Amino acid sequence: MLDGILQGLSTAASPVNLLMVFVGCFAGTFIGMLPGLGPISAIALMIPITYGFDPATGMILMAGVYYGAIFGGSTSAILINAPGVAGTVATSFDGYPLAKQGHAGKALAIAAYSSFSGGTIAAIFLLFAAPALASVSLSFQSADYFALMVLGLTAVSAFAGKGKFLIAVLMTLFGLMLSTIGTDQTAGLQRFTFGSLDLIDGISFLLLAMATFALSEALMVVLKPEKVSREAEEATKGKLGSMKVSKEEVKDLAPVVGRSSILGFFIGVLPGAGATIASFLAYGMERSFASAKEKLKFGKGSIRGLAAPETANNAACSGSFVPLLTLGIPGSGTTAVMLGALISYGVQPGPRLFVEQPAVFWSVIISMYIGNIILLVLNLPLIPYIARLLALPKQILTPLILFFSLIGVYLVSFNTFDIHIMVIVAIIAIIFRLINFPLAPMLLGFILGGMMEDNLRRALAISDGELSFLWERPITASILGITIVVLLAPLVQNIIDIRRKKALKVNDGEG
Amino acid sequence: MFGKTTKLSRRLVLSMAAAAVSVGMTMPLSSTSAADLEKIHFLIPGGAGGGWDGTARGTGEALTKSGLLGSASFENMSGGGGGKAIAHLIETAERQGDTLMVNSTPIVIRSLTKVFPQSFRDLVPVAGVIGDYAAFVVPADSKYKSFSEVVADFKADPKSVKIAGGSARGSMDHLVAAQAFKAAGGDPKAVKYIPYDAGGKAMAGLLSGETALLSTGLSEALELERSGQVRILAMTGENRIDDAPNIPTLTEQGIDATFVNWRGFFAAPGTSKEKVAAYNATLEKMYDTPEWETVRARNGWVEVFQPADVFYTFLEEQEGIVGDLMKELGFL
Repeated sequence: MLDGILQGLSTAASPVNLLMVFVGCFAGTFIGMLPGLGPISAIALMIPITYGFDPATGMILMAGVYYGAIFGGSTSAILINAPGVAGTVATSFDGYPLAKQGHAGKALAIAAYSSFSGGTIAAIFLLFAAPALASVSLSFQSADYFALMVLGLTAVSAFAGKGKFLIAVLMTLFGLMLSTIGTDQTAGLQRFTFGSLDLIDGISFLLLAMATFALSEALMVVLKPEKVSREAEEATKGKLGSMKVSKEEVKDLAPVVGRSSILGFFIGVLPGAGATIASFLAYGMERSFASAKEKLKFGKGSIRGLAAPETANNAACSGSFVPLLTLGIPGSGTTAVMLGALISYGVQPGPRLFVEQPAVFWSVIISMYIGNIILLVLNLPLIPYIARLLALPKQILTPLILFFSLIGVYLVSFNTFDIHIMVIVAIIAIIFRLINFPLAPMLLGFILGGMMEDNLRRALAISDGELSFLWERPITASILGITIVVLLAPLVQNIIDIRRKKALKVNDGEG
Repeated sequence: MFGKTTKLSRRLVLSMAAAAVSVGMTMPLSSTSAADLEKIHFLIPGGAGGGWDGTARGTGEALTKSGLLGSASFENMSGGGGGKAIAHLIETAERQGDTLMVNSTPIVIRSLTKVFPQSFRDLVPVAGVIGDYAAFVVPADSKYKSFSEVVADFKADPKSVKIAGGSARGSMDHLVAAQAFKAAGGDPKAVKYIPYDAGGKAMAGLLSGETALLSTGLSEALELERSGQVRILAMTGENRIDDAPNIPTLTEQGIDATFVNWRGFFAAPGTSKEKVAAYNATLEKMYDTPEWETVRARNGWVEVFQPADVFYTFLEEQEGIVGDLMKELGFL
């Protein structure tokens, strides 16, 4: 194995390959920043360029593009609240508030450090445990995925401020309902399409995310111009580029990054879960671990809330290479494209890759490290400039956001109907914003809804309609058990708190 | 990775590469030498990066690069499972003299299930270009050594044979399985089909042990077999194929069922016979060019050329078989 690692290292560290990583990271970052162009499109764009390359070089370029695009996606989520891919939705929850408060540079820096740590820690796991983990990734059945999605939904509690729990649940349900529009995956029947051809494929995630987050946010600026004095605004602009992360913050974030990396990697290993679930679970987990005081900051600009999903998202991306390389199973869209690329190089991923073409196997993994490092080196100096984007006057920035979010959606489907739907959704989203209904739970419900339903129905079909699948398998039962604990813990905590307060009051009265 | 948002069609993996040439942009390719045909406008009923997209762009690339075609342009028009593009082609037929719309087996299935009101009869079928047979796959350590053993178990207890597939109930993978078990003397309605949203996930389901059999495309199955984790019990071609001579057909195991998932082109209604003949002549020449071979090999496509008249008869036949089956299964 050591031979393999050294061989991979020497391949990856050749000047040509280093240049490729560099070019890839750079190109990926910019492609990823455009809403609608995520890692999938970025990699797909690179494939024709890499024909004729040797497999290792091609994969190295693609790994660079991949990491670059993920980081680029986080950038638009943080700066303009436009999460172009589902994996960065959770990043925008706290990243965007931070940017709005004038900490754009810091938020981007934390995102970069977290991505780097998540990616690197996961790559280490990959290096040592990939072959062993292959069997883990196959032990998950539909029932277990269903349980995992239910656990993911508990992240909704993060948006339930005081007395808002019902509203958050309501919005989640609304999101779940939206996810049922279109052709039902299981039975192939149309639901809520009202006979419209355009609705047969359902509402796309990108459309919903752009309309509810980016578009409505930009329009809110027009509706409710913030009354900030010129001087205050100037002061904020000066700070935008500052990337200072204090020692206390680093100390605070280290355990977050550690936990989220492990969680993210293991979720990523499962072919049916992936970066989105990983980021939501990490976000929810961090919130459960946070102190009562820190909890309040979640969703309003908590650096923990930013670091957790960013780390997990990247760790999961590395994790998804386990089933790809060791089993030849693409667990995600991006890895499916990579599989296509590998095959076109004449490399067949699967259990034999490790034995038959160790050079490719190891150089892919090593290139992931190198991609991570180059990304950090490349992007840290760029952050102050990228962050300055927010310093653009609102009259210019707002139309730009509108333009990019609309065009991003249109370029994927080439369907003007999508633009109409987007405007309607944006108007509904603005109404929700005005009456203070949180939109994040809606998106959460929408993203998880489809996968949750498919897995539930599959599990039911496999168990011939018996509900026993919920407790028959230890994995399913334990995940559901954790879900119940997560849901009940705050309730129990509340009851204890109330009792304590009452007890205190009684004591006071006596005193 | 991003779950529902990435509605990857199961054959996407390979065709993505070709599609990627230009993500969603209309990119005219041109060549200078005298060409058979001046121009073709490819209408793609789905978004960038799907199987249809790959077929159209791949064919366009091979035709222009080999000099058979002057210039090719591409237009993506997704929506309605392809219905939007069909309606558009019919409505604007008089302006679409040089347009070829790509489509595949789902045009037959979706017009039967009334996803859209039109059928291939409302268009001018030009030719079937490439195809893929269906295949039945079991994990390498499965107790099943032949498809007849699966059939025997199915007949004893249909519920014991859960069949995974990478698309919804009532779509290709399901219908092929139902067709095979019906031809083997079983009840197609009793087929326990478990749908997954992509071929890769159906494969993971098979290997996790929650299903016994996987119904998928042969080219995808061959890739999986090469990685050593599965065995292919049977495929739905009429004869064994050169690329995989060791895989038996259903017919030679005494099960009279064949199926080919084709991809081909359609012209606007009213297109003249001469024009269709010209398209056919050009496409036929294309198969012998090295440029086509490059595109074909890159995507792992199987050549199944069906010129216009053969194509039309084939479509009618497929519609009959699929229609009967769907009626029997209660989808119609």
